[in-house]
Amino acid sequence: MASRKIKSIEDLKNLREEGLKKWEESLKSGVTFVVGYGTCGIAAGADEVLNAVQELASGSKVVKVGCIGMCWAEPLLDVVYPDGMRVSYMAVDRDRAEQIVESALKGEVYEKGIVGVIDLRHELFGEPERQFPYPRLWDHEFYKKQVRIVLKNCGIVDPESITDYIALGGYSALAKAVLEMTPEQVIEEIKTSGLRGRGGAGFPTWLKWKFLRDAKGKVKYLICNADEGDPGAFMDRATIEGDPHSVIEGMLIAAYATGATKGYIYIRAEYPLAVKRISKAIEDARKLGLLGKNILGTKFSFDIEIREGAGAFVCGEETALMASIEGKRGVPRPRPPYPAEKGLWGKPTNINNVETYANVPKIIANGGKWYAQYGTEKSKGTKVFALAGKVNRTGLIEVPMGITLREIIFEIGGGIIGGKKFKAVQIGGPSGGCIPEQLVDIPVDYESLTSAGAIMGSGGMVVMDETTCMVDVAKYFLTFTQAESCGQCVPCREGTKRMLDILVNITEGRAKMEDLHTLEWLAVNVSKASLCGLGKTAPTPVLSTIRYFRDEYMAHIVDKRCPAGVCKALVSYYIDPSMCRGCSLCARNCPVGAIYKEGNVFKIDQDKCIRCGSCVSSCPFGAIKTEGVA
Amino acid sequence: MEEKFGVPRDPSYLIKALQNIQTKKGYIPFEDAVEVAEYLGVPLTRVFGVATFYEQFRLKPRGKYVIRVCQGTACHVKGSKTLLDFLRDFLGVDIGDTTEDGLFTIERVACLGACALAPAVEVNGTIYGKMDPDKLRELIIELKEAERNGEQKN
Repeated sequence: MASRKIKSIEDLKNLREEGLKKWEESLKSGVTFVVGYGTCGIAAGADEVLNAVQELASGSKVVKVGCIGMCWAEPLLDVVYPDGMRVSYMAVDRDRAEQIVESALKGEVYEKGIVGVIDLRHELFGEPERQFPYPRLWDHEFYKKQVRIVLKNCGIVDPESITDYIALGGYSALAKAVLEMTPEQVIEEIKTSGLRGRGGAGFPTWLKWKFLRDAKGKVKYLICNADEGDPGAFMDRATIEGDPHSVIEGMLIAAYATGATKGYIYIRAEYPLAVKRISKAIEDARKLGLLGKNILGTKFSFDIEIREGAGAFVCGEETALMASIEGKRGVPRPRPPYPAEKGLWGKPTNINNVETYANVPKIIANGGKWYAQYGTEKSKGTKVFALAGKVNRTGLIEVPMGITLREIIFEIGGGIIGGKKFKAVQIGGPSGGCIPEQLVDIPVDYESLTSAGAIMGSGGMVVMDETTCMVDVAKYFLTFTQAESCGQCVPCREGTKRMLDILVNITEGRAKMEDLHTLEWLAVNVSKASLCGLGKTAPTPVLSTIRYFRDEYMAHIVDKRCPAGVCKALVSYYIDPSMCRGCSLCARNCPVGAIYKEGNVFKIDQDKCIRCGSCVSSCPFGAIKTEGVA
Repeated sequence: MEEKFGVPRDPSYLIKALQNIQTKKGYIPFEDAVEVAEYLGVPLTRVFGVATFYEQFRLKPRGKYVIRVCQGTACHVKGSKTLLDFLRDFLGVDIGDTTEDGLFTIERVACLGACALAPAVEVNGTIYGKMDPDKLRELIIELKEAERNGEQKN
């Protein structure tokens, strides 16, 4: 089938019919097993599950899908029954996989560890949703408040099958745009939707496209920024791993609207699985004639090439990214001229990020008005976040703009691990800030987050509890940005270095009060004077933690103690001899052998101790104490 | 058209060419850098400029097993520094260096994107989630064992 080309809307419709028929047949032919096979799933042990299923159910169909978002529940195994009921199991290991497969092959449902069920006939064929005797997956607290637009297909379809994508209506938005709309109408539809750049800055997407449309020149480029360099963020990885064709379709529609002739996807080399899946998707689309010359039998031609990044955070900055595609050091340049005027190889260029493009097909298919019903007045639609850190349910979530942080952390995320006290949530990575507990009820939209001292950013959301030291967090981000500064402009290169020196001194108990003032002064000026976004935003984590957690800075500077017990120079562990029963559990658990026996009790060798705290959690008598913690 | 290093003769493919060399040899030998410069028609300084600018490239050989500790935010707040301290202590080499037997190299990596399973460690492309010093020690012992028995893991 892959050898034939789609030359008209009829061809596309036929292929869709065939895809649906195939699914119908596949359902009838018996149970299908679905393994969550994204990077997270694999790291959690999906291979073991996959091997077990393939061994035990050798006659059945086994499908690998991308991330459905429930990273906390990985590895995931789903069973699809002939009636279209798909049952999801969490935290599956070999033993449980055996029991699940055994029941499924008998046509029964193994009832332990079900997260929820999906009516696949409803999802695939649009039939009315049926009730099953098990809880609905989408009613699970993790999903209840989510609105899945970008992630709609993720974890449902096989990301390596273009037929699956087409069967679910894929590439019909492209057909609608190219065959029924003018480029101006496409841009107008995006304007109605209110879509803003999901890379973090929030620039209106339609306006960017209009700039490129209006730019003079025969050759125009389109770039997809998939250089997801923010530590703590994995939205774009998951989107590409789970539904690569949505990004390609979005780029195609953008190319039609802007008149771009060639596209580049700039993707991190650290994401090998995403690179593999997007490469295959491009190849498959090309085979069907959805990429290349005269797409759908029209005059519209467009193709996409992949360029892999080589590990430079600054390449997330658009001018640096273009330099990198050109095979140079990824060093930013001043703007103007903006890329729409002079971009890649001096030609007019438009850059959007993965999530922005992935939204486009849904907007064109359903209309801008439909999209704009979600969100707030100025921030429309949904946003994908990577929820991580000290929260019970970590994962990939998609929420309507305007949802509160409290709903995300305590309802979707299920609250803080171990019932500890919530302290702050870091949003926007190294360019973003920490939002403290007292502001947890603010709505998530571009303006509210900015006024709270953070940014929307690309979608990293790291939850922190009482055991996280905010000064250490600021130091962590600055260590990162300082190392990633390209070194071209002085305020960023020297300023971040001096700021880091001060933060190191604070966390090691060597700072004075005046250092804190110098730090604030530097932060403001590095932000004002730097050339690109990296330097301009590098001080944000420092400023936001000083703004909300000044008392913690004071504790380090004045009292020489770290209230969270994180800064190692200010904390030491010792064993209370009156409480130690000499059971040796701590010594056996110490990874560096720093605990020794003296008489009947144990002692800690302070020179060897790496302060990992594993002895504290291993001691059944609470005999291990820390010094320097409030 | 002639193709070397798996790329066309176009200077914009410099990064890809270096990536291909490193995939094959584990690092960028000096001779290869010279050859790439000649092939793509760029000055050798540009090759080294690019090779030293990007985190990914190595100019000296690495160990058989490259242990990369994720430095992402989620990993940091969940104790990735303890993992690095442990590795340095246990293997007796610093970050970026290789053990004398040529088996292990310790590296930091910006973010593996496996944040939900923090802290994460990658060994030759395989990601291990929810790591702690104990699991790391077991993993290294396992790799050493496999090495002694002449097996290749990862």
